[in-house]
Amino acid sequence: MKTTSIPLGSQAAVPLLPHGWRRHWPAALLLLPFFIMLTLFCLAPMGWVLLNSVQSEQGLSLANYSDILSSPFYRQAFDNSLRISVWSSIIGLVISLLGAASLRRISGRLRRLVVSITNMTSNLTGVPLAFAFIILVGTNGALTLLLRKWGLIEGLRLYSSNGLILIYTYFQIPLGVLLLYPAFDSLDDDWQAAASLLGAKLWQYWYYVGLPVLAPTIFGTFILLFANAIGAYASAYALTQGNFNLITVRIASLISGDILLEPNMAAALSVLLMLMLLLVTIVNQWLLKKGVRHAR
Amino acid sequence: MRADIYHRGVVTMLIVLLTVPVLATLLYSFSEHWSATILPDDLSLVWYLQLWQDSAFLAAFGRSLAVCLGTLLLSTLIIVPAVFVVFYHFPALDKLMNALILIPFAVPPVVTSVGLLNIYADGPLNITGTPWILVGCYFTIALPFMYRSLANSLSSINVRELMDAAHLLGASTSIAFLLVILPNLRKGLMASLFLAFSFLLGDFVFANLLAGSNYETLQVYLYNMRQTSGHFTSAIVMSYFLFTLFLTWLTARFSK
Repeated sequence: MKTTSIPLGSQAAVPLLPHGWRRHWPAALLLLPFFIMLTLFCLAPMGWVLLNSVQSEQGLSLANYSDILSSPFYRQAFDNSLRISVWSSIIGLVISLLGAASLRRISGRLRRLVVSITNMTSNLTGVPLAFAFIILVGTNGALTLLLRKWGLIEGLRLYSSNGLILIYTYFQIPLGVLLLYPAFDSLDDDWQAAASLLGAKLWQYWYYVGLPVLAPTIFGTFILLFANAIGAYASAYALTQGNFNLITVRIASLISGDILLEPNMAAALSVLLMLMLLLVTIVNQWLLKKGVRHAR
Repeated sequence: MRADIYHRGVVTMLIVLLTVPVLATLLYSFSEHWSATILPDDLSLVWYLQLWQDSAFLAAFGRSLAVCLGTLLLSTLIIVPAVFVVFYHFPALDKLMNALILIPFAVPPVVTSVGLLNIYADGPLNITGTPWILVGCYFTIALPFMYRSLANSLSSINVRELMDAAHLLGASTSIAFLLVILPNLRKGLMASLFLAFSFLLGDFVFANLLAGSNYETLQVYLYNMRQTSGHFTSAIVMSYFLFTLFLTWLTARFSK
């Protein structure tokens, strides 16, 4: 189908050089390895997941889904994943918003330093990140010992959902700053001056001008942070050795655990995870449209 | 003035937040013992010496380098011609390509692993547990970075006019691509390769689920070392971190 429509378009654009698949078949051959690799390692596994999520011992059925939705254990996994992802995204977003806003108001040298620190620390994720936090705030971590010595705290609970929120927030901040920082360029300094001439307070400027202008970027960043968190596996697995109930941990243990392998169940969980991502994106778009209309 | 102090304060807090875990790990890796005191008792390089003489670590590091460099070589050979062909011969395909390269970016690796583990565990392509399955997955990780960066480089030069000029001077399309277009892509390609390299080196999910102990990469080795001394693991973390730092530095250099 595509073979007829695409060459026509390019022919019309460049009439002197006819571009058709027939004339350019050697060039089209160069695309073949690309599509083969993408199909083998991305599209085929996705297709397998979709098809097998509706397979059970009785053949085609939604049994996997109803099993998941009626199981308190799986519901807890969704609950944990959702809570940790939402909180770490919100906290990470607020910190990076404040950081990115201030970053534009400081001297060039300090700014470059902060941008490169942000770039550097965006590499600290997964297993190494979990280890760094164990060293810092684990049961015998340096900061834990320090705080205990000062009598401030009995012990930080790193291996709990709050500990995971802490670690997730850490890897959200560099990503948030790198995504939000360029957006502040779209704010004209004159707007703030104009607003204050008209008697607006600082918060009023941000509420009525600054934030509505930044809204699309902020919402977009939230989605990326959320997707980043809900799909994360390595940090949580390394920190709790797979003992914390998250969707990704459940999926992984269903396909490579020691006890019981249920690939169809893992597929159904994967589909639900993807649906959740889709739902958040749609809600986000809806809020954005509503917000933009409101600002007008 | 007050605003100035506020902004400096916020930025300083940001620096502290981001660097404290790194600095603590660094200090820990340099201390021979560290318990019940605020600062380490004695500084030494003993953990680094032990690490860099550990044959299991060196082997894992070598395996990681081999599989990452192999993937990047294969990706370059496949993606560079593909991007050019799309831009020069089939520009209408660009939209489809941009949608396709987003899939590996948007789908969590754990989800892809479910399908991969079942498709390649037996049958004609029995590659689970081998580096080959990692090369395939890593191709899809590197793809979005490389495609976007090459597409940006291509749209910043006038491909059609350059090619027409080369054709007028008697060059064939492939010669013109090699001698005229490729040198223009070098900077973007190098920057995206270093970026992709640090991403691939950081992969734990695919490495652990698809290859595991059959082909122990750096990240899997690091995870398996979790029961050893914290000083030793922090030496691994810092060695890994410094290596990716070097890669980021190279990325920045090449994208200038």
